[in-house]
Amino acid sequence: MTSVDFGTGLTLAAILFVIGLAGVIARRNIIMILLSIEIMMNAAGLAVIVAGARWGQPDGQAVFLFILAVAAAEIAVGLALILRIHHRIKSLDSDDYTQMKG
Amino acid sequence: MLDLLWMVPALPLTGYLILALLGRRLSRSGVAAVGVGSVALSALLSVRVAFSFVSSFHQTPVYVQRLWTWLNAFDFRPSVALRLDALSLVFVLVVTIVGFLIHLYSTEFMAEDEGFRRFFAYLNLFIASMLILVLADNLLVLYLGWEGVGLCSYLLIGFWYKDPANGYAARKAFIITRVGDTALAVGIFVLYVGLGTLEIQGLVDQAAAKWLPGSSAAVAAAALLLGGAIGKSAQLPLQTWLPDAMAGPTPVSALIHAATMVTAGVYLMVRMHGIFELAPVIMIITAVIGALTLLMAGFSALSQVDIKRVLAYSTISQVGYMFLAVGVGAWSAAVFHFLTHACFKALLFLGAGVIILGLDHEHNIFKMGGLRKKVPFVFWTFLAGACSLAALPLVTAGFYSKDLILWAAWSSPGGSAWLWAAGVVGTFLTAAYTFRMVFITFFGPLKSPFQLKPGFRLKAPLLVLAFLSIVAGFLEMPESLGNLPVLSRFLGSVLPGLGGGNIGRQIWLQVFTSGVVLAGISIAYVLFRRRFDETQRFLGTPAPARIDRFFYAGWGMDTLYDRLFVRPVEWLARIDPDDFVDLIFKGIARLNAALHIILARTQTGRLNWYAMGMALGAVILLALAVWL
Repeated sequence: MTSVDFGTGLTLAAILFVIGLAGVIARRNIIMILLSIEIMMNAAGLAVIVAGARWGQPDGQAVFLFILAVAAAEIAVGLALILRIHHRIKSLDSDDYTQMKG
Repeated sequence: MLDLLWMVPALPLTGYLILALLGRRLSRSGVAAVGVGSVALSALLSVRVAFSFVSSFHQTPVYVQRLWTWLNAFDFRPSVALRLDALSLVFVLVVTIVGFLIHLYSTEFMAEDEGFRRFFAYLNLFIASMLILVLADNLLVLYLGWEGVGLCSYLLIGFWYKDPANGYAARKAFIITRVGDTALAVGIFVLYVGLGTLEIQGLVDQAAAKWLPGSSAAVAAAALLLGGAIGKSAQLPLQTWLPDAMAGPTPVSALIHAATMVTAGVYLMVRMHGIFELAPVIMIITAVIGALTLLMAGFSALSQVDIKRVLAYSTISQVGYMFLAVGVGAWSAAVFHFLTHACFKALLFLGAGVIILGLDHEHNIFKMGGLRKKVPFVFWTFLAGACSLAALPLVTAGFYSKDLILWAAWSSPGGSAWLWAAGVVGTFLTAAYTFRMVFITFFGPLKSPFQLKPGFRLKAPLLVLAFLSIVAGFLEMPESLGNLPVLSRFLGSVLPGLGGGNIGRQIWLQVFTSGVVLAGISIAYVLFRRRFDETQRFLGTPAPARIDRFFYAGWGMDTLYDRLFVRPVEWLARIDPDDFVDLIFKGIARLNAALHIILARTQTGRLNWYAMGMALGAVILLALAVWL
């Protein structure tokens, strides 16, 4: 099994992270925002795995399993929240949620 | 038994906690039982401890009980520790026994008062603080007790807080004693910086080793300690709070403002005698302050019409004697006078309290009169206290203690004929104002109806204190009269004594002072009994009336301070309501308001903005972490 170069792996993780971040900032549909957050989380997971491979430790993969579990829980809570918001405001556009304006 | 020493202050403190926290559920008799019982147990225990201490006196003249370490900061590790030696034992016994008698008296005196529980809670807290003060093994614990008694004094002067005048008197006492307390606090800092310890034994040893006599550090420390003592003991120039402190209930005046707290200053100086002996100039100042105070207060006492104010000025004057004794190095004489003064002055206040209660809170001696036949019991006990205060020769305690001070003022190395003369004039004044009060109050026609049958709890303390006021003097027989200085020998284990003088001269001085006392009493008899009306007429004419008013107002010290301190500050506050200091604070408020407006703009309520803000912040932090 050929291992991926450490620098390449981290670069890929960084690119994924920035794509996710750009999605969170630029998209207005909150489902898409949630999706972008998932991408960011997976980017972090990838970085952890690459780092684990670099040091020859199994900890990276163990942490990634954790991240998967957290992501699943997060999706469950996030979708439930979106459902509630949609019931209340009848919109998925995040620009319509300005009740917290200072 | 000595290891139970910690319970002596702990018992009244427990009493206070019970009364303060659970007192609402107690009935009046329950409150009285807790309040009096805790001090009674404390008194019994201190007597028991005293027996143990005296029986092993030759092996352990000083017993120190370390309870726990208070603070632990680098090399500053003061412990909460109690120190029992001859000096603190005398104070503990007086505080607990006189305190117990006054508590007992208060149960009847305050029986009708709505603040019954509050009164006993404060009184117990006071006893606990005073015991902490006198038992403290280091100055930090002493300062804790010192402030504790100050707080209780404030609370009890303003006990009847519904009258604004009482609240004013309480604040006045608190603020003026604060001046002295600040000096004491700075003095403690100076001692710690200079000597590196706060323990009493350590301070005395270190001071003797590190400081030369008359060195500026020793003089500064002694001067600051003296400042603290002046404030607490109501000496010139901080004496003006004590006469107003009479606004509190009479048992409070007896306990706090006569017998115990006001002598805390004397205790402090005697405790720190090693520091004072290194500062001869401060010793001279102490003696002069004592002499001036005893004269000024003596003259003021002659003109008062309120019976409690007569006694208050008398207290200032008698504490002046103790300062005189300290100033000439007669440490044990000061302690002896404290002991006798605590007995007879508490007695006089308690007797006055019965009269005040019976006359429906009348304080004016000119409205009393003729009470000798009405309440003979109070008259005879009051007379015993008055004789002791006036130092009637041979048969009263006051004579022996005052005589010892006068003899020290004459014969000790630090004494002089001038100090002695001031003391003798003070003796004359004491006899005169005391018997002026006695003759006006108890003789002549009855002027107001007296409706009170003093019960057992009012009478018993009077009887015990009257007994003590007579016999306490025999603890210390002067060289000329049998030479049995029991108290001085006992105190000699911690306090340096004075060398004896010429016995023949001592006898002559005693005879002379006795004559002065008798002359004072006779003059009071002539002026205020035989020729009472003529005296009053004479005092009504312009020139004597002006002098009388001057003395009545305490030599105008209140007016002076009003002009010197109160008015300028009020004037400054009036012409300058907002100065640049205010501008700083107002500027801070404006800046905050402006920042609020700016930051509120960023709260758009849009998720994307927040996400971008977080990302930007993270980038900036990362950049800082990488490039800095």
